[in-house]
Amino acid sequence: MFNSDKKTMSKEILTIKDLKTYFPIDKTKFVRAVDGVSFNIKEGEIMGLVGESGSGKSTIAYTVMGMYKQSGGEIIFNGETITAKDNKRNMEFKKNAQIVFQDPGSSLNPYQDVRQILSLPLKVHKIASADKIDEKILEILDMVELPSNFMHKSPNSIGGGEKQLVSIARALCSNPKFIILDEPTSSLDVSIQAKIINMLLKLHKDRNLTYMFITHDLSLMRNISTKVAIMYLGKICEVAPTEEFYKAPLHPYTQMLLSAIPVISEAEEALKPKKVVSTGEIPSPVNIPKGCSFHTRCNLKMDICCNEDPVMHEVSKDHFVRCHLYEDSVRK
Amino acid sequence: MNDILLDIKNLKVWYNTYQGYAKVVDGVNLHVFKGEKVGLVGESGCGKTTTMKTVLSVLDSSKSHIPEGEILLNGQDVLKMKDNEIQKVRRNNISMISQAPSAALNPVFTIEQQLIDVIKYSNASKGLNNKEMYQMAINAVNSVMISDPERILKSYPHQLSGGMKQRICIAMALVTPRELLIADEPGTALDVTIQDQIHRLLRVLVEEKGRSLIMITHSLGVARELVDRIYVMYAGNTVEVAKTKDLFSNPLHPYTRGLMECVPRLSGGGVTSGIYGYIPDYINPTPGCRFYPRCPNAMDICSKEKPQPIEVSDGHKVACFKYTNS
Repeated sequence: MFNSDKKTMSKEILTIKDLKTYFPIDKTKFVRAVDGVSFNIKEGEIMGLVGESGSGKSTIAYTVMGMYKQSGGEIIFNGETITAKDNKRNMEFKKNAQIVFQDPGSSLNPYQDVRQILSLPLKVHKIASADKIDEKILEILDMVELPSNFMHKSPNSIGGGEKQLVSIARALCSNPKFIILDEPTSSLDVSIQAKIINMLLKLHKDRNLTYMFITHDLSLMRNISTKVAIMYLGKICEVAPTEEFYKAPLHPYTQMLLSAIPVISEAEEALKPKKVVSTGEIPSPVNIPKGCSFHTRCNLKMDICCNEDPVMHEVSKDHFVRCHLYEDSVRK
Repeated sequence: MNDILLDIKNLKVWYNTYQGYAKVVDGVNLHVFKGEKVGLVGESGCGKTTTMKTVLSVLDSSKSHIPEGEILLNGQDVLKMKDNEIQKVRRNNISMISQAPSAALNPVFTIEQQLIDVIKYSNASKGLNNKEMYQMAINAVNSVMISDPERILKSYPHQLSGGMKQRICIAMALVTPRELLIADEPGTALDVTIQDQIHRLLRVLVEEKGRSLIMITHSLGVARELVDRIYVMYAGNTVEVAKTKDLFSNPLHPYTRGLMECVPRLSGGGVTSGIYGYIPDYINPTPGCRFYPRCPNAMDICSKEKPQPIEVSDGHKVACFKYTNS
């Protein structure tokens, strides 16, 4: 009330502090899928999480949603801390945080029609009374620009892009604040991807949403995120506002990834960092290399990299990097 | 002037469904010169994999029907060959790398057994003893930049990563001399840095040995980096073909243009709205151009007649009435 004339700082919707998710293989070995990750997402942001398979990006998403149990660290959603002990998510969380999965084929129940799929969250979160459910479903289908006859279609009879629109509609049912989108268009053709992405951006604006957008497609990321975090073997290497991430990438892994993107014009080629040919295999998350986990593939590695794991530092405003190359500039 | 190795002429392939024939491939024209790398770009369901499977004659004949067309390999029509002749083609002339390396490798045999099989059943094994065949296998694994080939040969597919499996598939496709390699989206299942490695490898090996390559992909960016000439396919037709540089500097077909616009740009600037409409119903396709319902430049004639490809400039052909001199 009294602060209404002052510009308030954007509230943090999600804060992760040193999050760990380990999967035991036997009594001594673990897959360290998420190995000490920290970041925050403010209201209205679209945070992009980029990385190759095995980097842990989907595991972070599932851990935040409570599908995997966290092995350590803190998750603070909308001001409330979720304890690792019981890993439960309350109704408030489930209403406000939703997720859209990568594979539309396996994330919709093939034995239900769209009406049944969308009714469930509406009933569970008491969004609409029994007599108003159909009306509400039509409203939600309209939000994702699907025709009303989709109510009675089953997932088997609709295409991949349409299935994803139904998944997005399902996420919108509870009127959430925050949606995690785990590679929502990776399995779709580029022309259908364009439609879905536009839909997501429109919804983001119209409904004041906050997104965590996971993808391995760096060209796509450039066009939708407000800031980008890149992961490698369970740890974050670099976080920066989008434009800076692409114009001035600091971490050698970021540079390697950006230099490998296939682009369709000379103008875009000129925007890529100098070509870094990646050598070697990505190590297994069971056997993460000692020191900096990236040193086995890094073309700029120094002696210290083989022995000591670097720590995340803020190198310039909002630009964080975890790499020994930049430690001197921080100490100055 | 280079010799033409593969010449697909007006190929039509239909699938049997209980609702009638799904007329998926509807008149494809494609040729590959000796030593050339050609890209076949198109979205899911456009018929690119079907076309290539027809070249190898691996379509299920009880479920598919080829009403028209010729596939000339070195002048001989593959579609008219007897079983044993086609068998020879598959063992000696053409090899294919499929999208999913896990599906292509037999999980119950070691890599060595699978590589040796490829060598044993081809003409290249004539006069070779076991030791020599084993050495050929070692050389093949070395050529795809895998260090420690002895250990890899003793391994089973599940013990290798996706990138390694795909490299083994490439080794299998190139271990014996073949004129033509068909690669069906070889990098799709892999991470972008490994994909990059695989594509470079393919290019080097194909060029080194003077082989021809048909690269199937839905990614224009990948095609641009890898091939000399690109065919664009839409709903069962090759709608445009040009040298790589020409296609990107001057895309003609409205579908090609729409597709290029949909690719997110590294320079930012947001995402376009996509291509309006849906791919056609293959069972009851409308007459005329299959892109008509989605085309921003549609004219009356497009809904009635099918446009034939015409040459607009050197090597650049497009099947679109917009470019036909009336």
